[in-house]
Amino acid sequence: MVKRKGVESSIALADAAAMCNVDAISAYPITPQTHIVEHLSEWVNNGELDAEFIPVESEHSAMSAALGTSAMGARTFTATASQGLALMHEILFIAPAMRLPVVMAVANRALSGPISIWNDHGDIMCERDIGWIQIFAENGQECFDLTPACFKIAEDKRVILPTILNFDGFIVSHMIEPIEYWEQETINNFLPDFEPQIKLDIRNPSTMGAVGVPEIYYEARIAQNEALLNSKSVIKEVFEEVTKITGRPYNLVESYNMEKAEVALFMMGSLTETAMTAVKNLKKRGIEVGIVRPRLWRPYPTEEIIEAIGNIKALGIVDRAMGFGAQSHPVASEVKSTLYSSDKRPVVCEYVIGLGGRDVRIEDIEAMFLELIEAAKSGKSQPVKYIGVRE
Amino acid sequence: MEHFNVFASKLVPGRELFSPGHKACQGCAPALAMRYLLKAAGPNTIIANATGCMEIISSAYPDIAWGVPWIHVAFENAAAVASGIEAGIKVLQRKGKLAPGKINVIAIGGDGGTFDIGLQALSGMLERGHEVLYLCYDNEAYMNTGIQRSSATPMFSSTTTSPAGKKIPGQATGKKDLAGIAAAHNVGYVATACTSYPFDFMAKVKTAFETPGSKLIHIFAPCPTGWRSAPNEIIKLGRLAVQTGIFPLYEYKGGQYHMSMELPFLKPIKSYMKSQGRYRHLSEEQIAMVQENVTARYEWLQKLAAASQEG
Ligand SMILES: Cc1ncc(C[n+]2csc(CCOP(=O)(O)OP(=O)(O)O)c2C)c(N)n1
Ligand code: SF4
Ligand SMILES: [Mg+2]
Repeated sequence: MVKRKGVESSIALADAAAMCNVDAISAYPITPQTHIVEHLSEWVNNGELDAEFIPVESEHSAMSAALGTSAMGARTFTATASQGLALMHEILFIAPAMRLPVVMAVANRALSGPISIWNDHGDIMCERDIGWIQIFAENGQECFDLTPACFKIAEDKRVILPTILNFDGFIVSHMIEPIEYWEQETINNFLPDFEPQIKLDIRNPSTMGAVGVPEIYYEARIAQNEALLNSKSVIKEVFEEVTKITGRPYNLVESYNMEKAEVALFMMGSLTETAMTAVKNLKKRGIEVGIVRPRLWRPYPTEEIIEAIGNIKALGIVDRAMGFGAQSHPVASEVKSTLYSSDKRPVVCEYVIGLGGRDVRIEDIEAMFLELIEAAKSGKSQPVKYIGVRE
Repeated sequence: MEHFNVFASKLVPGRELFSPGHKACQGCAPALAMRYLLKAAGPNTIIANATGCMEIISSAYPDIAWGVPWIHVAFENAAAVASGIEAGIKVLQRKGKLAPGKINVIAIGGDGGTFDIGLQALSGMLERGHEVLYLCYDNEAYMNTGIQRSSATPMFSSTTTSPAGKKIPGQATGKKDLAGIAAAHNVGYVATACTSYPFDFMAKVKTAFETPGSKLIHIFAPCPTGWRSAPNEIIKLGRLAVQTGIFPLYEYKGGQYHMSMELPFLKPIKSYMKSQGRYRHLSEEQIAMVQENVTARYEWLQKLAAASQEG
């Protein structure tokens, strides 16, 4: 029997990590991630979780120590956000290159400057090509369900790559929701022990992080990319298993009301919950619009995204981060190039919304949908619009 | 340990865990430090190495010099990686996922990777008390990137970023007190060593592993390339550095300082400086000024050690 609790998403995520029997946690506080590691340190200090909690002196060291524990063969978890993620930047690239399957929760938060503790995707969009598997949770339930999934994916012998679980800071992290906890036994059956093929072992010495001479560097990078691209089938498999366990749909890309829609918004994270209300409101007025939400962001699920977009006439692409001076903001850049490689070419409208915690109202999203309908009629793409910004 | 020097050569294992064939320059003393380190630590050892000469010359894939598990992640984080390794060993042994038994964890960093960019991670490791030996090999500059100054570069030394100019005669500051910083973290064992005194160094490595908690050894390791001196001079240079008091050998153990070597008198530093290109530009007054600093610091250390003995 599953238990449903009214609980803060961060706490649920931390509980899920603890129930995955993590061996090591190395972390540094930063809002809005802090509740996760605080709660995990309670698990450890109360003797309920047999793990090493390393209270490091920076996020740079959090990631560095995490690579150390993972290289020993310990199941390793950490969490961060914003400035903390940026401080890890250098080390983030090294984790997948060394095939160390650390799992990290990122409570997405705006990047400085100006300093802001509030939500957007500015932190993670700077790190999108670091070689980690990256998943976006929509709500607290997904935070719980996807935590064991992340460990299972990361540690799968066909994958062995670090994995980030993104969820929106405050909007999800601090929200108290009714969340269904899996039974401990369910997690135990779902998640096998971590058995690394290569580790630091005095009986079988190996060298990790050797110099990549010009004769080897290029091949190493290509091999790493192949490993990341190939992980998609395993991610799909694990998501299907999560669907079976929970009865909740876990697709690489979720579609909402796409069967009838002629226009759609492409967005990630918790914003889709607001957008779903907008879809329902418009439906009442006889207007059919849809949402495409990739849950998997890296490896980028090109085929699934093309399939989800289907034959719609206009697509609105929503960014929650700035790509300063770029041709388009990060998500729009990527999705537009997806369309270029597809024979389906809807009209495209680009949007930036909700930066640094700026409220996103249902009316804003409805207006975006209505604009898309006009664009579909006129057949004209629209350059980026900054929604909710004061003139 | 008193008579260690006498029997030492018989006690040192012949097995090379840092194998010849690495790519260090001729006469590289840091490479000697690696060799002696592993002779003392033995095969039950895991190393986290910072970026720098020792990492580069030993691990150009597939030519690996290390006979023990070894990991390199980045430049400034060897102490943090080693913290993770130690924590990993602890939890996995506790949970029965790793065979019991002592594993020596060593973090290795150059002076740049330790005194400068890695100081924060080192402080974190020492403060948290991980069972790790941190070995800083000090060749007194960023050698791997072409002899730039670090905060371990001695006063007036000419490097590529502290050149002996017409206005500023080389490095403007003196060496940071790394051992003092480590000791200030209240760790159980801190020592200085020199590659010209291998048995002293190896004994210190053993003492370090007999002491619980974090420990640090700061080893002076001449670099002929960076110091512009002859490769066959490095052992002599190391000895002179110790005998002039430029690099005194001492231990900090259980809150007390001990000088490792009684020097009847300090040799003049000029004897040490003259064969090194990095000091060639020094005037007599500048040498006298360094001499004064060296003597004063040595006397201060002696007093510290004497006070420890009395106390
Ligand atoms: C973050 C970062 N900054 C700079 C470098 C470039 N770098 C590599 S090794 C090195 C110098 C290392 O000096 P030291 O620690 O004294 O070791 P040595 O080369 O002298 O053995 C520098 C500056 C780097 N790899 N990473
Ligand atoms: S530059 Fe100096 S420290 Fe580096 S390998 Fe050569 S001799 Fe050794
Ligand atoms: Mg150096």
